[in-house]
Amino acid sequence: MPNLNINGHNMSVDAAPDTPLLWAIREQLQMTGTKFGCGAGLCGACTVHVNGEAVRSCQTALSDVAGKKITTIEGLSAKGDHPLQKAWIAEQVPQCGYCQSGQIMQAASLLAKNSNPTKEEVVAHMDGNLCRCMTYSRIQKAIMRAAADMRTASNASERRPT
Amino acid sequence: MNTHVKTPQIESTDLSRRSFLVGSAAAGLALGYSTVPGMLGADQAFAATGNFDPSVWYGIAPDGIVTVTCGKADMGQHIASTMAQIICEELGASWKDMRVQLASNDPKFNDPVLGAQITGGSWSTMMNFDAMSRAGAAGRMALTEAAAASMGVPAGQLVVRDSVISDPKSKKSMTFAEIVKGGKATKTFTPDELKAIELKTADQYTLIGVSVPQLDIPSKTNGTAKYGIDVMLPGMVYGKIVTPPVRFGATVKSVDDSAAKKVPGFIKAVTLDDKTGTTTGWVVAVANTYANARKAADALKIAYDGGPNAKLSSQSLLDEAKRLQALNDSGEFFVKDGDTAAAFGTAAKLMEAEYTTNINIHCPMEPMNATAELKGDIWHLYSGNQFATRSGAIAAGAAGVDPKFVVLHQMWLGGGFGRRLDADMMVPAVQAAKAVGKPVKVIYSRENDMTMDFSRPLTYQKVKAGLDGDGKLIALNHDVVSAWPTKRWGIPDFLSPSVDKKGPLDAFTVNGADFFYTVPNHNVRAILNEMAHNATPSGQLRSVAPGWTFWAVESMVDEIAHAVGKDPAQYRIAMLDGAGKNDGGAQRLRNTLLAAMGLSGYGTIKLPQGEGMGLACVSSQERATASWTACVAHVAVAPSGEVKVKKLTVATDVGTQVHPDNIRAQVEGAALWGLSLAMYEKATLKDGGIEQTNFDTYTPLRMSQVPEVAVSVIANGEKATGVGEPAVTVIAPALGNAIFNAVGARVRALPITAEAVKAAMKA
Repeated sequence: MPNLNINGHNMSVDAAPDTPLLWAIREQLQMTGTKFGCGAGLCGACTVHVNGEAVRSCQTALSDVAGKKITTIEGLSAKGDHPLQKAWIAEQVPQCGYCQSGQIMQAASLLAKNSNPTKEEVVAHMDGNLCRCMTYSRIQKAIMRAAADMRTASNASERRPT
Repeated sequence: MNTHVKTPQIESTDLSRRSFLVGSAAAGLALGYSTVPGMLGADQAFAATGNFDPSVWYGIAPDGIVTVTCGKADMGQHIASTMAQIICEELGASWKDMRVQLASNDPKFNDPVLGAQITGGSWSTMMNFDAMSRAGAAGRMALTEAAAASMGVPAGQLVVRDSVISDPKSKKSMTFAEIVKGGKATKTFTPDELKAIELKTADQYTLIGVSVPQLDIPSKTNGTAKYGIDVMLPGMVYGKIVTPPVRFGATVKSVDDSAAKKVPGFIKAVTLDDKTGTTTGWVVAVANTYANARKAADALKIAYDGGPNAKLSSQSLLDEAKRLQALNDSGEFFVKDGDTAAAFGTAAKLMEAEYTTNINIHCPMEPMNATAELKGDIWHLYSGNQFATRSGAIAAGAAGVDPKFVVLHQMWLGGGFGRRLDADMMVPAVQAAKAVGKPVKVIYSRENDMTMDFSRPLTYQKVKAGLDGDGKLIALNHDVVSAWPTKRWGIPDFLSPSVDKKGPLDAFTVNGADFFYTVPNHNVRAILNEMAHNATPSGQLRSVAPGWTFWAVESMVDEIAHAVGKDPAQYRIAMLDGAGKNDGGAQRLRNTLLAAMGLSGYGTIKLPQGEGMGLACVSSQERATASWTACVAHVAVAPSGEVKVKKLTVATDVGTQVHPDNIRAQVEGAALWGLSLAMYEKATLKDGGIEQTNFDTYTPLRMSQVPEVAVSVIANGEKATGVGEPAVTVIAPALGNAIFNAVGARVRALPITAEAVKAAMKA
């Protein structure tokens, strides 16, 4: 029975080692924020973080993630207030919303490494994530807004007297 | 019509015969319609059980929270939030107190105009605006009277704002919560009284026209919004469908499950017996988890009889369309103005052109799914669906019960675009649940979803134009050949009589062809391509007919203008003279076109070689429900034929804006859909099956392909119109016309490919 570390918790999952991580998260752990879109790594709806990297959970077997730290949309922030989540609300990004967990997780892996991305870097990083409602320009704006917020917060904390 | 599908009668719910009730209910204050006017007071009505069941449109809890029940499918157009906004405006509640919930398929939540639960056509806002406004106003009046009685002041001097009713003279005030807790807000409005309520005028709006935060958005940023695919029921198992290689008409000869039996958790392979005629040759592999159901599905060895369509291809459908169009007696007339044959005889110049579109797949990001559970006599179905009235009936047909034994629980839709007007997913869910005696959640793989789509049909259009000596368009014959998506529903009310009384036609294949240009002799013929209808059961794909009719009309008008040496914009404006039946609409469309021209710099900006601007203007969706939309597309075309879209400038006249930011989101999404369909999406039929199975071969627009999109919304105080679809339809012709202006290449087939552009450049 594989053990998983998801959102900071160790959980054991009653599933075969070749089970895609996506279905273990959704069915066994009943965390349904991570979505099934294509089952082939072509759309990004199932994106989660494994050791901080964005991966397609539909293409990741449970046996590949043993001992690694997995983060889903439910664990991105304690209160749904990650700068990206706040920016997604501020820019009113989601339409149907189905792809947005994956979009946010994909974007979060970019901003974790680069809090000042260019538009071209955002497009290159996000191009594997489909949005059938075509909210792409708002996604871009929200990523830029979140990046700016993160830079402001980090500057503020650097300036804070110790 | 299939005898196994008993669709409840579509009957517009005439609210003018119903009383509106405001009364105390178990959970606070309830507000809704009674079908039995005047028999009971509001208080007794909401307290009565069993024999009396008013439709509750919204309720106000003792804590002041206002919950609106939305009978519309919410697929990202935020219609639930919009309904709440319309009610909130007249009710005088604070936006932060508003909540929404989704209705079941109970007929009491039927659309007041359409008489059914169906979401599409960009109809919802326009058809519900008045009823929702009156419901909100009635609530405000009842609360105000209760507050007046409680405060001992005349109701007429009270002010309602942000969920508080206050008296400027005595300075007394009460919150909605306090009034509801008092239990005195009770009022029955007769139909006449409701009709007599004086609604706010546009200058009095404080909420309509404001981009309030959409109520559903926070739940779509943290994973908590529940879609159909997220439903979890105790004891539930999973179904994975196995679909045949032929889109429609195959039958299962045998199923060998010996290998599937070795998959842990495998329960059963269920061959569907679909008497509703929705699916053919489907098998469901049921297992304890979806991963195991997939493994079992892959392990099934199924032998098929491919059926009558197994040899057909896109080319066969196109050939058949051309054959039908060439026959004089094909089809029915949608428009027959003047005498085109006589006018062609006197015309100084004749022009003909063929326009085609390929099969397109909806592929919303949430693959089709449904969860079915039989509890006692009642089938409970959980799925996001756009047509609960019909889908409940299909589920009932699949279960072999009367529709009244089916409850459809609406969920948020992970994309609709017309795909979820269909009910195919209900059939495997119901029959698998019946076969295994447990709740079953059926989830399509992306491959199932793509190859079994109720697609936008392949279309073939032939247009013949007659011009007089001045180059004026005096006659137009427009033949539209396609599968008929709405005929497939088997509901006569959704078909339209033909003008030649030859029988009903599917107006959802020709809408838009009845444009607002003044053309004295004008025929539009709707021709059913029976072969395509049977082989590729078609559906309503975002914008439906205007998505292809305007491709033909707006390309042809451009071709004519160029042929007679006129500027295409001025040529259009001359025909938008507002004569006769076109009065009003034509002028609005002309103004919208001028707005788009001005915003884009059409005709004023000097473009480099290989670049061009092209325009189009449309009255999508239907003549009676048009939003006036124009686009100027700016493209750069390489010698290879490769087209780069530099900018889309879209102007749209929507009458009244309920939520400006949402309108922009919808128009931009629609415009990018138009671009995606025009350039990136193509499905093909081969050996009776759809060849594209996933996003590697069927390729909707990605972020890197998004051009600059400038949207300008005209709100002139006319009635609110729909915005989810019209902008889809204006893009393809604007692009085609821009390509012509850039390099002189005329393309007449969608999607536009580099090869076609290059070939046309040489020609």
